[in-house]
Amino acid sequence: MEYILIIIGAVFVSNIVLNQFLGICPFIGVSSKVETAIGMTGAVTFVMVLATLVTYLIYQAVLVPMDLVYMQTITFILVIASLVQLVEIILKKISPPLYQALGIFLPLITTNCAVLGVAVLAVQKDLNLLESVVFAVGNALGFGLALITFSGIREQLDLLQVPKRLKGVPIAFIVAGLMALAFMGFAGMV
Amino acid sequence: MAKKESTFMSMVATLFTVTLVAAGLLGTVYALTKEPIRLAELKKKNEAIQVVVPGFDNEPSQEVKSVFMDGDSLYLYTARKGGEVLGTAVETFTNQGFNGRFKLMVGFKPDGTIIDIAVIQQSETPGLGSKMEKGKSDFSLQFMGKNPATFKLAVKKDRGDVDAITASTITSRAYCDAVARAYRAFMESQKAN
Amino acid sequence: MNQWKNFSKGLLKENTVFALFLGMCPTLAVTTSAVNGLGMGLATTFVLVMSNLVVSLVKNVIPDKVRIPAFIVIIAAFVTIVELVMKGYVPALYEALGIFIPLIVVNCVVLGRAEAFASKNTVLSSVIDGAGIGVGFTLALLILGSIRELLGSGAFFGMKLISGDAMLLFILPPGAFLTLGYLIVLANMLKEKTS
Repeated sequence: MEYILIIIGAVFVSNIVLNQFLGICPFIGVSSKVETAIGMTGAVTFVMVLATLVTYLIYQAVLVPMDLVYMQTITFILVIASLVQLVEIILKKISPPLYQALGIFLPLITTNCAVLGVAVLAVQKDLNLLESVVFAVGNALGFGLALITFSGIREQLDLLQVPKRLKGVPIAFIVAGLMALAFMGFAGMV
Repeated sequence: MAKKESTFMSMVATLFTVTLVAAGLLGTVYALTKEPIRLAELKKKNEAIQVVVPGFDNEPSQEVKSVFMDGDSLYLYTARKGGEVLGTAVETFTNQGFNGRFKLMVGFKPDGTIIDIAVIQQSETPGLGSKMEKGKSDFSLQFMGKNPATFKLAVKKDRGDVDAITASTITSRAYCDAVARAYRAFMESQKAN
Repeated sequence: MNQWKNFSKGLLKENTVFALFLGMCPTLAVTTSAVNGLGMGLATTFVLVMSNLVVSLVKNVIPDKVRIPAFIVIIAAFVTIVELVMKGYVPALYEALGIFIPLIVVNCVVLGRAEAFASKNTVLSSVIDGAGIGVGFTLALLILGSIRELLGSGAFFGMKLISGDAMLLFILPPGAFLTLGYLIVLANMLKEKTS
C-alpha cells in the first residue's frame, strides 16, 4: 500500500516536471511530436530507475561509511553518464531500429536534471532500497505523463493560429503553466 | 585545433587523473568548510532553542539526550537558568507534511506545558502550509501555554482542539503529529529520570 | 576577439534563459524571490567561469573521446565547492536553493559552454564568455524572481510592501511557467528592436 502511495504521489501530487521543476529542458525540447515523446519516456524510465538503484547502493555502501558524502555530486553524475553510455551500446546491439529512433535524445539523458534530481531526492528522503526504486519508477511515469500529454497538446497547437509573438516557446510555457495549474488540483490526494 | 588521440590508456589515465585532482581539491575544501558548516548548523539550532525556551544561561546543545522513535531520533536539549531546569527543547519531525518531512523545535516546561514552538525546517506550500511559521499567521500561537495532557493535539476536524490553517489541513495535521511526537519523547525521557 | 562583444552577447542575444532556452529547471524553480534568483545566478556564474577556465587550460591534454566525462567531473568539482562554501557561510540561501545547487552540474548551459566554447578558445576568451553568459543568466533570474516576488508575495528582496497575501499563484509552479512565457515574448520584442 505504501508503494502505491509513493507512485501516486510521484505521478500526480509532486509531478517531477510540473511541480518539482525537473526535466524541463527535454520537456520543452522533445515535446513537439507525441512519437518522440514516447520514445524519450522509455529511455528516461530505464536510465532513471537503474541510476537511482546504482547511486543508492554506492551512497549507502561507499560514500557514507567512508565519510565521502561530499563526493556525492561527482559520483552520481559519473554513474549516470556511464549508464547512458552503456544503454547506448546495449541498445545499438540488441535493437538498432530503436537506437536509431531515439537518435540524439539518448546522450542528452545525461544532462536531464530529472535523472540526477530523482537520484539525489531518493537519498535525501531517506527511502530504503525498494522504496527508492518504486520512487524512481513513479517519477519516470510522472515525467512520461507530463511529456506525452504536453506533446499531444503542442501537436494540436501547431495547427492553430497562435498570435505571432507567442508562437513556439512562449505559448509552450503558457500551456505548461495551465497544466501545472490543473495538476495542483491533485494536492491533498495522498 | 588538433584533437588528442584517444587510446585506451590515455583515456583511462586522463579520467583517473582528473577525478583524482578533483577529489583532492574537494577534500581540501571540505576540510576547510567543515567547521563553518558545523557552526552554522549549531547557530540555527541554538536560535530555535532560544525561541522556544527563552532565558536560559547554560549551553543546551551540550546537554542533549536522544530518543529513538518512529524510525528516527528526536533530540532533547535541557535549558537551565541558575542551575535549575528551565525547560526542555525537543527537536522533532513529521513525515506527513504535504511536501514531505519538516522539523519543529518544541519547548516544554518541566510540567509538560508547551512554552513555544519554532519551525526548524519546512518546505510546505508557500502561502498555505508555510503559514505554520510565526510571522505568517497566528496558527502556532494557539499551542503556547497549553499542556498536551489536557489539550488534544489534533485538528478540530479529527476531534482535537487545534484550529487548522485554512485550506491546509494536511500541513496542520502533520504539525500536530510532530508536536505530539515531541511530547511523547519528552514524557519518556521524564520517566527515565 | 572583441572581448566586449564576447561578454555582452550573453546578456541578450545569447541569453541563456531568453535565447538559448537552457538551464530552465533552476530558472523556474528558484525564482520565488529576487534574492534566491540572484543567489542561484551568482553560484552558476562562479561555476561557469571556473569550469570554462579549467576546460580551456586542459583542452589540449584531454583525449577527444573522454572529453565530455572529463568536463563533467571538472564541473561537478566546482559545483561541490560552491555547495560546501554556501552551506558554511550562507546557510539560509543554501537551504532556500536546496537541491538545485548540485543540479548546476546538469545545467545544460554549463556543459554547453564548456563543449561549444571553452574547448575551442583561449583561456581569456573562455573566462569572459563564462562571465557574460553567467551575468546574463543572473539578470534573467533576478528579473523573473523580482516579478514573482512582487506579484506573488507583495515583497521585494524580503521587504514586504503590502500586508496580507498577494497573488499567490505567482510563487507557485503555474506562475513560474506563465511569467517566463510572457517574459520570453518581451525579450523577443527587445531583441528585434536592438538588432
